[in-house]
Amino acid sequence: MGAEFVQFSLTPMLIGVLAAIACALPGNFLILRRQALIGDAISHVVLPGIVVAFLITGVVATLPMLVGAAGAALLAVVLIEGVRRLGGIEPGAAMGVVFTTMFAAGVLILEQSDTSSVHLDVEHALMGNLESLVWFRADGWGSLFDPVALASLPEELPRMALACALTIALTLIFWRWLKISTFDEAFARAMGIPVRAVGFGLVTVAAIAAVAAFDAVGSIIVISMFICPPAAARLMTNSLSHQVLWSVAFATLSAVAGFALAGYGPLWLGAVNAVSAAGMIATVSGVILALACVFGPHARRLGEAAANSN
Amino acid sequence: MAPFEPEIVTTDGQLLPAAVPADAALSIRSATVSYGDKPAVFSVDATFPSGAMSAIVGPNGAGKSTLLKAALGVIPRVSGDVFVFGEPVEKARDRIAYVPQRASVDWDFPTTVLDVVQMGLYPRLGLLGRLGGAMRKEALFCLDRVGMADFANRQIGQLSGGQQQRVFLARALAQDADLYLLDEPFAGVDAATERAIIDVLHSLKADGKAVVAVHHDLATVREYFDHVFMINVRRMAEGPVDITFTTAALQSTYGGRLAATHLSELALSGAG
Amino acid sequence: MALLEALFLQSGYNAALVAIGAALLGFSAGSAGSFLFLRKRALVSDAVAHATLPGVALAFIVMVTLGGDGRNLFGLLLGSAVTAGLGLLAIEWISRRTRLSEDAAIGAVLGVFFGFGVVLLTVIQTMSSGRQAGLESFLLGSTAGMLFQDALVIAGGGLFSVLVIWLLKRPMTLVSFHADYAASLGYNVRQIDLAIMGLVMAATVVGLKIVGLILIVAMLIIPSVTARFWTNRSGRLVWIAGALGGVAGYLGAALSASVPDLPTGPIIVLVAAALFTLSLLFAPARGVFAAAIRHRRFQARVHRRQGLLALAAQHPIREGYTLRLLAREGLVRADGVPTLDGRAEAAKVVRDEERWTIARRIHQDIGLSGQYDGLTPIEEVFTPDEIAEFDRRLGAPEAV
Repeated sequence: MGAEFVQFSLTPMLIGVLAAIACALPGNFLILRRQALIGDAISHVVLPGIVVAFLITGVVATLPMLVGAAGAALLAVVLIEGVRRLGGIEPGAAMGVVFTTMFAAGVLILEQSDTSSVHLDVEHALMGNLESLVWFRADGWGSLFDPVALASLPEELPRMALACALTIALTLIFWRWLKISTFDEAFARAMGIPVRAVGFGLVTVAAIAAVAAFDAVGSIIVISMFICPPAAARLMTNSLSHQVLWSVAFATLSAVAGFALAGYGPLWLGAVNAVSAAGMIATVSGVILALACVFGPHARRLGEAAANSN
Repeated sequence: MAPFEPEIVTTDGQLLPAAVPADAALSIRSATVSYGDKPAVFSVDATFPSGAMSAIVGPNGAGKSTLLKAALGVIPRVSGDVFVFGEPVEKARDRIAYVPQRASVDWDFPTTVLDVVQMGLYPRLGLLGRLGGAMRKEALFCLDRVGMADFANRQIGQLSGGQQQRVFLARALAQDADLYLLDEPFAGVDAATERAIIDVLHSLKADGKAVVAVHHDLATVREYFDHVFMINVRRMAEGPVDITFTTAALQSTYGGRLAATHLSELALSGAG
Repeated sequence: MALLEALFLQSGYNAALVAIGAALLGFSAGSAGSFLFLRKRALVSDAVAHATLPGVALAFIVMVTLGGDGRNLFGLLLGSAVTAGLGLLAIEWISRRTRLSEDAAIGAVLGVFFGFGVVLLTVIQTMSSGRQAGLESFLLGSTAGMLFQDALVIAGGGLFSVLVIWLLKRPMTLVSFHADYAASLGYNVRQIDLAIMGLVMAATVVGLKIVGLILIVAMLIIPSVTARFWTNRSGRLVWIAGALGGVAGYLGAALSASVPDLPTGPIIVLVAAALFTLSLLFAPARGVFAAAIRHRRFQARVHRRQGLLALAAQHPIREGYTLRLLAREGLVRADGVPTLDGRAEAAKVVRDEERWTIARRIHQDIGLSGQYDGLTPIEEVFTPDEIAEFDRRLGAPEAV
């Protein structure tokens, strides 16, 4: 746990943890609203978003790409809602139509545009490359207090920290609205709570989290961060606030354990090279969910538990 | 006008002046609601008096719940206005308490009984206001009024249908409103719950509050309510129960769905 | 010209095989997907598709370890089918055993299986023979450099799926539409469900090479959603979806063969999406424009009727839209006072109302009186003779 850890593991691990938490928070409400797959849709349209941003600006720069990805996510949400309402199509199918079409358009534009000069890596966008977000200038824990070294932190870290802080703040501020409009929409409407705006805001926050996380962990692995920690948390408790805390714990555990396993696991097995950290984080979150399904104290629906105990 | 048997004064009210009494708790004017291209409620005028218990009655699929939800803005109206104590409904939300149908929510939601009741306090708390001890006591008191105080920390999924309904009523009580709108409060509940609910509603009325309930059990209309609104897509009859809830009005509302013997039994002989 | 050549299968043997393979794939994916769509489980296909990745990677590792060629398409597809099947089982297990809903199960399986697949891909990259494995092409599909026997596998798989659908269409439609009813007819719902999932998996696996695992989802979902705009009958939906998928596959493959740098997968999906958009907007009964026109007409009917009722009752008309509508027809003046025509129309509406009142008194039967919704003209429900009888009871019309 010395200089090497700070240099090569600390920042990617932190970014992984922040990304996992930022995704897990809105994920809690998405799952309770039976909208878990909106995360799926959002994360698939991140790719076309960055491709279009690249086409318009002509440079591979962070800000335009984030804006492009966020724009694509919001466009996807609006289109899904449009197809659902205008066409009378069930939400799952509407999502499937919209995000696959946008994804195809993104790939097509990418292949058509001249990407030989600039490297726009599809696989990277889909699978992420967490390991590369290292802190070269660091030479030990002391670097945490060294302004020069701090200035060379990978820019993903402050960005992800900001996104995570935003999700936490919004979750806390709008807690009551989120809770009541998720539990009892009709009652919330009758109270005058802007139910549709709350729903749209939730999806927007999810989009922001997905966009901020994608180039660290890849746009598809983000899905498991939206869903696995909150789903496992749902099986641990019957209180919403406890569920959210559990989901944060599971998200953190997945990120830390996944990163460590990806880096050191192969070495223990005698291999030389590390495996994908993002993929391993997703795998760990899946294992946690599987364990929660088997051992979670509240894994079953209440009615069934009562019926079984009789 | 018509040369045949005496007309129920209020039937086909669209043809009569829609007088809106100034003291009406809830008045709905020319409300039309549709699902797709079929009106579920057509051009309905309705007035529910304050300080009274009113029932909305009609056959299944006749637009009872739809009318209530549209009045609250829970579902959109094609046309029409809604006034609560003389004010547009949007401005009077803090004077309304609403009890939705029990089946409209996911009872597997991770929350407790007390938590649900406290949702009724949210408008007063705002987004970030602290839920202090006084508020908690108030919520507990509301639970006590419906006989559910012992269940405060229960998981909502563990409740029976009747208990769920009482919790919803307690939440409405926590809203401390002047107008209580209930959607099928007695559907699928046990006799004890029905008794408990009706006692609470009568005590609300005694406090001068207005209660409007979508009601499906014709046998108890006379016993429970003062005022009745009968609907079958259109307004069929409206007024005090003892002069409005007649065989003719029931026949007009339900068509052939009620047997003649049943009808006369329900409406008794008290037709005005 | 190149497009025409490709359309008529004249641009080379391989391109022709790809086009035929894509058409067969499109057909089988479209019709297999329609069963999922009917069961409202469209996105199960998304999880199935993403769950193929670890299978492809595992198959590669196994084949290389056994000393074979890791890139054998048949072996890779077999591996993908195994993990896709595991993914399906996992979804079913989670949604049956726990309180989590199916959408959460789908998302979890999708993300986790894909993530594990990515882990395996990085393992393969470190293997000596892994560098050129080219397994990434299964993400987005690639027909470039496709071998003849690959095309045969695809065409054969597509043909097989079409045959199965043809044989089992009836029970599958029945189960998708109404599982309990199918069970009551003696069908084994569980087995048929398995067959449907098998078809979906087959289409996914066959489609991996051409459109890739992310876009195959489009081939499973878009055609059936498109077909929904053209029919209300589930039996037809299956064939229409198949046909739409086939057309998209064939056109897409031909387009991609005729223009350089057009990747096959995305083009096929975009052709399907174009067909969907056209249907969404212009389909005669369920399209957006038809629905918008219908809704406007409906709104106008409501407001016209309400306005005339108000005129008859000598109420002021409150809503601006109602007033404009009646003014446009010349039924009221700008200040809301009815014209002669307006009075005549109002009298008609009153007459209609009175006839309904009588009709409902005479006919207690709901089938008829249930039509009394304020808009249905009485002439549509009762015969002229019956209406004449109502009028006799009513007496002569009164002027308003």
